[in-house]
Order: sequence, then C-alpha cells, then structure tokens
Amino acid sequence: MAANPMTQFEVYRIGPEIKIGAFDISFTNASLFMVISSLAILVIFNLGSKKNSLLPNKIQLLAEISYTFVSKMISDTAGSKAKPYFSFIFSLFMFVLFCNMFGMIPYTFTVTSHIIVTFVLAAFIFIAVTVIGFIKHGFGYLKLFVPSGVPIVLLPLIVIIEIISYLSRPISLSVRLFANMMAGHTMMKVFGGFVISLGVVGGWLPLSFSVALTGLEILVAFLQAYVFAILTCIYLNDALNLHH
Amino acid sequence: MIKKIFFQSIFFNLFFFKEVFGAESGGMPQLNPEFWISQIFWLTLTFGVLYIILSKLILPKISSNLELRKSQIQDNIEAADKRRESSEAKLKEYDNIVLKSKSDAKNILGDAKENALKEINAKKETIEKQIDEEIEKAEQEINVLKKSAPEKINRIAKEMASEILKKLIGSEINNSSISAIVDDLSKKNGDKYYGN
Repeated sequence: MAANPMTQFEVYRIGPEIKIGAFDISFTNASLFMVISSLAILVIFNLGSKKNSLLPNKIQLLAEISYTFVSKMISDTAGSKAKPYFSFIFSLFMFVLFCNMFGMIPYTFTVTSHIIVTFVLAAFIFIAVTVIGFIKHGFGYLKLFVPSGVPIVLLPLIVIIEIISYLSRPISLSVRLFANMMAGHTMMKVFGGFVISLGVVGGWLPLSFSVALTGLEILVAFLQAYVFAILTCIYLNDALNLHH
Repeated sequence: MIKKIFFQSIFFNLFFFKEVFGAESGGMPQLNPEFWISQIFWLTLTFGVLYIILSKLILPKISSNLELRKSQIQDNIEAADKRRESSEAKLKEYDNIVLKSKSDAKNILGDAKENALKEINAKKETIEKQIDEEIEKAEQEINVLKKSAPEKINRIAKEMASEILKKLIGSEINNSSISAIVDDLSKKNGDKYYGN
C-alpha cells in the first residue's frame, strides 16, 4: 500500500468481470460492503424482531430503539402523513449508517465515500419527492417556489433562488455525505501515515490524534446518516405539507 | 458554497472527460467512472432487497411487537389497578368489621355493666327494705317492752316491798297502801328511771 491516502477509496473487481451489454456490473469491493451492510442490518433486525418477550433482550432492544428513533424523527419533521414512507427512510438511515460504520473498521471500504453512491441515493430521493409533490398537489406544488409574504419586486429573484436551491438539493445531499466520509477517512489515513514516518520518537502525537479522530469519525458516521435521513424527511415534508 | 460548486463542476465535467482521471492517476478514485455502473447496479440491488425485506417482513414484526408490548403493559397495569382496588375494598371491609365488633363489644360490656348495676341496686333495695322492716319490728318490740317495763317494775317493787316489810315487821300489811306508794313514786320519778 502506498502512502497515498486516496488509495483506500479505490474500487477493484472481486471475481470475474460481469457485463450486461456495454455495462460492466462486476462484483467489486464496494459491492461486497453493500452486501455486508445490508446483510448485517437484516440479521440484526431479524434477530431483534424474532421473539417478542415482555422484557426485551439486548438485540431486541436495539431493534426497537432504532425503530422508535426513526419513527419519532419522521413524525417530528414530516408529520403523520409521512407514515407510508417510514420503511424507506428507515432502510435509508440504516443502510447509510451501517455503510459508514463498516467503513470505520480498518482495511474496509466505505461505500458512502463514493459520490456516485450517495448521488444515486440523493437523486432517487429528489425524483421521488418531486413526483410525490406533484401527485399530492398537482401544479400547486410549484407554489413551493413562491414563498408567502415576499414583496412583489423581489419575487422574480426569490423564485429563481428557490428553484436553484431546490434543484441543488440532490447535489448538496450527496456531496455532504460523500465529502464528510472522504475527508474524515483521508485525514485518518494521513495521520496514520505520520505515525509511521515519525517513528517511535515522534509518532505518539499523531497516534493520539488518530485515536481522537477515530472517535470523532464514528460520531460523524452516525451524524451524517442522521442528517441524510432527516433531510430526506424535510424534503418529504415539503412535498406532503406544502407551506404550513 | 464554493466547495459545492467545486465538486459540482468536477462531477459534471467527468461525464465528458473520462480519460483525465485514470485509476492510478493519483486523483480521487471516486471520480473514476470505471465502476460507476457496477456501483449503481449493486446499490440498487442491495438497497432494493434490503428495503423490500425490511418493509415486508421485519418492520411490521417490530411494530406489532411494540404494539403488543404496549397493550400487554397496559393490561398488566389495569389488572394491577383492579387488584389494588379490590384489596383496598377488602381492607375497608376488614376495618369496618373491626370497628363494628369493637362497638359491639363496647355495647355488650355496657349492657352487662348496666344489668349488673340494676341487679345490685334491686338486691340492695330489697335488702334495705328487709333491714328496715326488721329494724321497725325490733323498734316496735322495744317500744312494747318499754311500755310494759314500768308496770312490771312497779309490780316487782310492790312485791319486793311487801316481802321486805313482812320480814321486817313480821305481819301482813295492806297491799293496796304499798301499791299506792309505789305508783306515786313511779309517777314522780318515772322520768328519771326509764328515760323518755
């Protein structure tokens, strides 16, 4: 492994090259960690929902706390109308959280540190929210771009700004997650490299820094998953409850 | 905002300049589109499967578990409330019984006391009556005796006087004169001898 801190983000093929038409859909290390994250979620939540005892055991408690956490987050930000989308937001939160957390284990691959992954998720959310908005409100959904109580003179400008901010939602959503994960992991790698290069004498400072950074990155991993899910809820809230 | 624009420009440029960043170019591997399709495919597959399994199988189970627990706890609380109420009612009943029996015991004691007092009073009265009667009788007897006493004494005095005179004089003396003297004396000094 080179000292280049970006090599940890490299995607490489595992197994044979699979092609459908012109598209290469080979199984890569990124795919591996997507599968691992999904399987981990399924296993944990399956174990957590298997048995229903009045006094839940640890894994059941974990599953139920996650359930109530996400359900409270949705009802707080998007209200009761967002209930049908609970499963999606729960899956999204758990998927991003587990991908982020698996990335914290040394020598693993962080799925969410790739812009294409976060962008696909964000673009899907953006398109889905827009479609939901138009289905619920028809062309009235366009009122989203016209805030109430704005002077007529400023209105054209405000509408343009609103449209730009609306259209940049998928980009900001995806870049926020991707940049946070990439920056954190790069920084950890850089400090790790300092430990090696400074040796036994001077390596202790970056080592302690690296330990502190690991804690911070675990926090960021959780926080970014939370932010991703809560922003989805907020966008959904715009589509469900227009101007309230 | 600048950061955002920076990333956006890189991101959109990449659609057109694939060759600029090779896999080993030293740039960001994220911007190498070689495996983009693969990543999109596997993301859709894994996330889709995850979503379907979670939403169809696991989340409904967790939700029903939570509901069940809620209702079970509610039921338990209700049952506990019911039991507490019944135990409170029983405690009240018990208190009432104790109070009642206490007052009953008091009443019985009072009755018994009253009865005993009544009996004692009745007996006292009858005894007092008897005593009074006997005292009266005795007084009457005494009175009778008292009344008859001077006569007897007079008689004794007369007889004794006649006897003494006979012995002294040696002849019979008229009894009527002696009795006249004794009667006279007893009339004079009767108060001194017999009281009253």
